[in-house]
This record gives sequence, C-alpha cells and structure tokens, in this order.
Amino acid sequence: MNRKIISLIVCLNLAVFSGISSGQDLLIKNGTVLTVTQGTILNGDVLILNGIIEKIGKDLKAPEGIKIVDAAGKYVMPGIIDSHTHIALSGTNETGDAITPEVNMRDVLHAESPSIYTALSGGVTMVHTMHGSGNPIGGENIVLKMKWGKTSEEMIVPQAYRTLKFALGENPKRASSFTIGTPRYPQSRMGVNAIIRREFLKAKNYMEQWDRYLKAKKSKKAAKNIVPPRKDLQMEQLADMIRGKMVARCHSYRADETLEFIKLSKEFGFKIACFEHVSEAFKITKELVEEGVGISIFLDSWAYKVEASEGIAYNAAYCTKKGVLVSINSDSGERIRRLFNDAAKSMKYGGLSADEALKLITINPAIQLGVEKIAGSLEVGKHGDVAIFNEHPLSAYTACQMTVVEGEIYFDRAQYLKEREEMEKKKKEEEKKKGEKK
Amino acid sequence: MTRKTLTFFTVVVFCFSFGLSLDKSPNVIAIKGAKIIPVVGEDIEQGTILIKDGKIEDIGQNVSIPQDAEVYDAQGLIAYPGMIDSYCYLGLQEISAVSATVDSRETGQFNPQVKAVEALWPDSMHIPITMSNGITTAVVVCTGGLISGQVGMIRLAGWTPEEMVIRNSVAMHIQFPSVPRIRRRESQPQEQTSKQIEELKELLNEVRYYQKRKQAAQKNSNLPLPGFDEKLEFLIPVVNGKLPVLISVYADKDIRAAIQFVKDEKLKAIFFGVTDGWKVAEEIKKSGIPVVFGSLYAMPSEWDNGYDAIYRNPGVLAKAGVKFSFSSQSASLAKDLPYHAAKAAAFGLDKKEALKGVTIYPAQIFGVDDSLGSLEKGKAANIVLADGDILELSTNIKRVFIDGKEMDLSNRYTQLLEKYKKR
Repeated sequence: MNRKIISLIVCLNLAVFSGISSGQDLLIKNGTVLTVTQGTILNGDVLILNGIIEKIGKDLKAPEGIKIVDAAGKYVMPGIIDSHTHIALSGTNETGDAITPEVNMRDVLHAESPSIYTALSGGVTMVHTMHGSGNPIGGENIVLKMKWGKTSEEMIVPQAYRTLKFALGENPKRASSFTIGTPRYPQSRMGVNAIIRREFLKAKNYMEQWDRYLKAKKSKKAAKNIVPPRKDLQMEQLADMIRGKMVARCHSYRADETLEFIKLSKEFGFKIACFEHVSEAFKITKELVEEGVGISIFLDSWAYKVEASEGIAYNAAYCTKKGVLVSINSDSGERIRRLFNDAAKSMKYGGLSADEALKLITINPAIQLGVEKIAGSLEVGKHGDVAIFNEHPLSAYTACQMTVVEGEIYFDRAQYLKEREEMEKKKKEEEKKKGEKK
Repeated sequence: MTRKTLTFFTVVVFCFSFGLSLDKSPNVIAIKGAKIIPVVGEDIEQGTILIKDGKIEDIGQNVSIPQDAEVYDAQGLIAYPGMIDSYCYLGLQEISAVSATVDSRETGQFNPQVKAVEALWPDSMHIPITMSNGITTAVVVCTGGLISGQVGMIRLAGWTPEEMVIRNSVAMHIQFPSVPRIRRRESQPQEQTSKQIEELKELLNEVRYYQKRKQAAQKNSNLPLPGFDEKLEFLIPVVNGKLPVLISVYADKDIRAAIQFVKDEKLKAIFFGVTDGWKVAEEIKKSGIPVVFGSLYAMPSEWDNGYDAIYRNPGVLAKAGVKFSFSSQSASLAKDLPYHAAKAAAFGLDKKEALKGVTIYPAQIFGVDDSLGSLEKGKAANIVLADGDILELSTNIKRVFIDGKEMDLSNRYTQLLEKYKKR
C-alpha cells in the first residue's frame, strides 16, 4: 500500500519533469561501455538526446552537429551515486534539540560549494546530502545532481524518495557535549530508543487528533465551534513517515541497535530505506534480508571509535553475497572523489565481481534513493549521467577524465589541464615582468 | 669468506639462543616459479628465491635448490619485496577517538627524549591486517609539539616490542612551525612562526654548548660536569648529524624556511608531508633532502592549487629528481599504503617509481637499504607473493615471509568474518 503510494508519486513526478528536461545532446564514441546492469560493450557508443540516453550500441548514427566525445581506449560508466554525504550544505547538524524532523537540508543548500566540483572530479553525478548524526531524529535530507554552476533548485532530484535522518549510538549520545550546561537527553542507547518511540507515539496521537477533527467536521451533527488541532511541524514529518510518504535513513553502527530500530519501524509501521555505516551488518544479514532493508556503508574506514571497531573490510562483499542491498558511501567531501577505489576493494575483501563492485556505487544507491528508473546504470531511457575513466574505474591507476550530467559536460580533465597550463604560463610571465621591473 | 664465517656465526648464535625447535619455519626455503620483481634490477620470469637463515641466499632463474629445502610452488604468482610504510601509527593507536588507546602523542613542546617504539603494542589488531596486505616494515611515528620525539622502525612480526624493533630511532620528528591556513592573512602568526624557528635554533645551539661542556669535562676532571638535561641530551645525535630530523612541513613558504633551517643548522634531514612541494620542486631537489609523502587521501590546501594537487605532487617531485617515499599516515588504514603510491601513478608518477616509493626508496631514506627494500642476495627475506600487481586494489596477497618466516595471514577481519559465517 505504502509502496504503491510512493511509486504513484514517482510516476507523477516523472510525467511532470521529463517533459521539461533541461538536458543536452551528446554522443560518446568508441569507449568500453560498462552499463553495470546490461553487460559491457567494447567499442561502444552512448547517445544522449535532451539529457536522456537515446541509444547504446556500436557505430551509432547521431544527428548532425551533435557534440561528440571520443572515448577510444577509455571506460564509460554510469555516473557514480553517493548514498550518504553532507556536501553542498551550509549546515549539517541542528544540535539545539535531540528531535528536529522539521529541519530540511533543502533550506541550506550551498550551490557554490567547491565540494560539488570535487565530487564531479571523482565521477560522482548524484548525492544524497544529509542531516548529521547528532540527533536521534534529525532532519529531512535531499538528493542532488552535481550540476556545478547551476542553482540549487536545478540540482534537486524530484524523483527521489523523501528521506528523514535518524541516528543511534555514540553520536547522538555525545552530541550535547558541544553545548554548555546540563547534558542533553538522551545520553545512552536506552534513551535514544526511548526518545524515538516517544516521538512516534506522539505522532500517532497527533494523527488521531486530526482524523477525529476532520471526521467531526464532515459529520452533519458537527458542533459549530469545533477547533482544529494545533499544527505541529515535527509531528507532520513523523506522520508522513507513518503514512509512507517518507522513508527512514538510520545511522547505526552496532548490530544490536540496528535490530532495535527495525523493531521500532515495525511497531509504528514506517519504512526504513537504508541503514547508514552499519559496521556490524555482517552479523545480522539474516534480519536485514528478511526485512528487505539495505545498507550504505564505508568499505573499510573503521576503528575511529569503539562502535566502528568491528567494521571489517569484508562487510560489503559478505552482505552483498547474502542478499543485502549494499552501497558504498563517502560521508566525506574528500572520500567522495575516490568511491571507485573503495568499490574495487570489495573484490579483494570478499571476492565480488567487477560488475557487483560497480553496482555498490551506481545502481544499488540508486535503488536506495528511489531513482533507479532514471539513474544508476547506462540504459536507454535513463538520464545521461556518465563518468569516463582512462583506465578501468576499478583499477588503482585510474583517473576520472570526464563527468556528464544529463548530457552536459560538467567536468573535463583535459580542459582542466589546459586551463592550468595557461594559468601557470601567465604566472611565470608575470613573475618575469616583476623581475625585470626590479 | 668473511661473509660465510659471519653466516655460520649467526647460525650458531641463533641455534643457541632460541633453539631450532621453536622455529617452525624450515631453515631453507625455495620459492619456485614466481615472476620476481626485485625492484632493483630486471624482473625475473619463472625465477626461484632461496631463503636461508632468514636471508635471501640466492635469487634468479638458475638457482640450484638444496635437498633439505622446503619448496613452495609459486607458479602464477608475483614475488615482491615486502613494502615499507614510511610514516604510520601502527601499534601506537588502536581506536583513534579513544585517548586511552592512543600513545602516539606526548604533551609539551619539546620531547626529544620519547621514543615511539617504547609505546609499541605488539597485539594491535591493525598490525596483522597491514602485514597481510604485503607491508612488512613500518616507521612508527610520534607527533605533537615542536619536537615530537624519536621515530623508530619495526618489522610487522614478533611477539614483543624487542622482537619487532629494527631500529629504536631512525629520526627525530620536528613539526616545523607553520601558520594555520585560516590565520594566514593575519600578521601576527607569521611573527610567531619566526619566533618558534628561532626557539628551535636556540635550543640546538644550547645542545652544542652542552655537548662541548660535557666533552670538556670528560677530558679534564677539574672542569665541572654539566647537570643532566634530558632535552639537550637526546638532541646530541641530531646536532652531530648522526640522527636525521624528520621535519613535517607542508606549505611552500614553510618548505623554503625549513630548507634554510636545515642548511643553517647543518642537519641531516628528511621532509614529511610537503603537500605544496610541486611549487618548490627545484629548491627541494637542490637541498638534497628526501621527502616522505603523507596520505594522499587529502584535499588540496587551496582551491587555486587545482583539485589534483595532492595527487600530482609526487610525480612532479620525482621528475625534479627528489628522492621520495610514500606513507599511510594511519594505523587503522595502514594497509592502504600501496594505494597511495598507485594514486600518484594515476596522476603522473611512473608506475615503477611508485613501486620503488614503497620499497627501495624508503629503505634508502631511512638507511636500511643494506638489508631491506628489494629482493637481492644477502638481504632480509621479506617476500610477498601476490596474484597480481601489488599496488592494485583487487590484488590478493597469498603469502608473506618476514625474515624468512612464513606469516599467518589471519587477522581481525578474517576472524570476525569466520565467526559470523557460523551464524
């Protein structure tokens, strides 16, 4: 039922937005095309028209005058998707309160942030940029395309799920240490669980108040002076969770706290899209598979705190093989530009195939964000979001050469090198002039 | 002749001190059929490495294998020298956010008396993980203050710190005074930096004077013996040029100042970090100071440097002729050492040079190339057998030998994995 509502919303959005696509035309020629979901095409072409992939194959004919990128000897893959990051924001954590579902990352987008360019330089075309992990219930997150130079409104991906950040464990426990005075409740995992339950109990109560009011208003015997319940922005958000209009993205590290949150989701009937970090996911693959809940994790960043000290590098591959939907995230403005390196490590630690490894940073995060119909693989009809590498993207020796969003080139290493060379020339000339003057 | 006598002597001492029964690895091992990349010299297809008494007895295509040798078939594998991490916190940091598990940083500005290896925890879970990725040697580093202490060199094998330590002290770590980036536009911090450099120079002068007074007192018993001063005492090898200084320095301006400082004080130096090195490559080359790169998992200090400044820096310095090596700058991710080298290769550094940057170059920089850093006759048998390029992310390390002993590659990762596979 909930899922139906979500897909209906997605369909409606698609209908509205595909008509006004701002995308461009581009033909990428003669590359090794790693579609991720439909195999690899040697000497393949990808034709993008109006930002949408029109055709994939060999020797494609393109309309006259179309921009052509020669990818001979290079690797063409779907744009990388980062399922969990905090880039392009001018605020991350609202730690003034432990419960802040009313805050929205959409309100603090920072379109000029260089982090967008950094992401592009690592082949990333889409990110889920999130509220921090300071609060048991944080804010609403947002999915962006890395359209460097465009306005924040143009970057927003309307097809994506609405997601709300939750956080368990050490971070919400210690978040208040940054504030002065009495420590903020909660200070333990008991409190974290209890406060989330409290808020959902309040939300159910709030929903019932409104249901009663609306029913009473419709009733013929309604009293004339009937007063509506007070609107509560926090409760509105949690009600949307219960109604299935929004899904949970829950920061957790330990296996036990992760299981407790699954219990909460069942208690209140909200949907978990994904657990974040889950160092110990390999301990509970059975439950994760049963519940159909995915994970968005680091490949091997670990042991920086106690709850991360069992986060083995095999986590991604082992969970994948057990049937859990796994994505590799950056959670960092630096790691975001080498997600393809992290994906490659899943081949070493756990023996994933190259395609399985690439899925961790493409189609899997796309599914987790509800955008698999428009992104995450190179398929006809999907958005023309593409990353081009000089060597196989899973090689340690590779470097991203070009990143394309909806047919438009946003990162071009050749162009960058040219500009840098010119800049250095200019600098040298200026220094020479200065020297002569002296 | 002398070498033979020495080997014999070593064997005798070895037998008496430990007893051969304790040593489970056979005394003579032949690794047969591998492609050998000695790093120094030509690659050897289908070669054999003969290990005896922990050292490489012979290496090549035509090595005669003695009858008592245990033969390991390494067909299809590639043999490399064990890699060397030039700057890490292995054994000194377990869980970085928990100060109780962090012993890499002492309080105070001047701590030449502390030695990193004296805090070494042999049971650190990060050591076997790192070793099982082909890293056999590590420079363990202490940080903090202006003079952080002495950095040492360890083998990633052994039950006690003593068994692990190769050199108690390979360098004195100095954090070169620098202006924090956010305060660069203010005038005062620059003055403070110059003041700190002066302080360092004054301290080194004091050391020289202290040493003179001590020497004089030793020669002439009528002269007063200066009172013991631990700060001065442990800096004596530094001013004598016997112990190199490992200078952490990043910005171009600071690198220039550090070169001048080394020259003025006549020190033997190694630089660490040097993220802006590409701006002053020629000057570094002229100084003759080798460079240890920090983790390449970092962002350029300034937007104007270009997004790939950190990545292309090693290639630029290598081209200028600067001697360099790579480091993990980590404990929990020390296993990633080869990938920092590969990243530099992705952005302009020659692939063979990248490999040298984790093998023979660090051995040369830290003065242990007589026994480490390459697969050559007479060197320690630190050998890694891999199923592919050792710098590649998907390559599996199949076998590791340290001083001729085969290592157990199980670690915290594999132990937890096996435990939960049973669920």
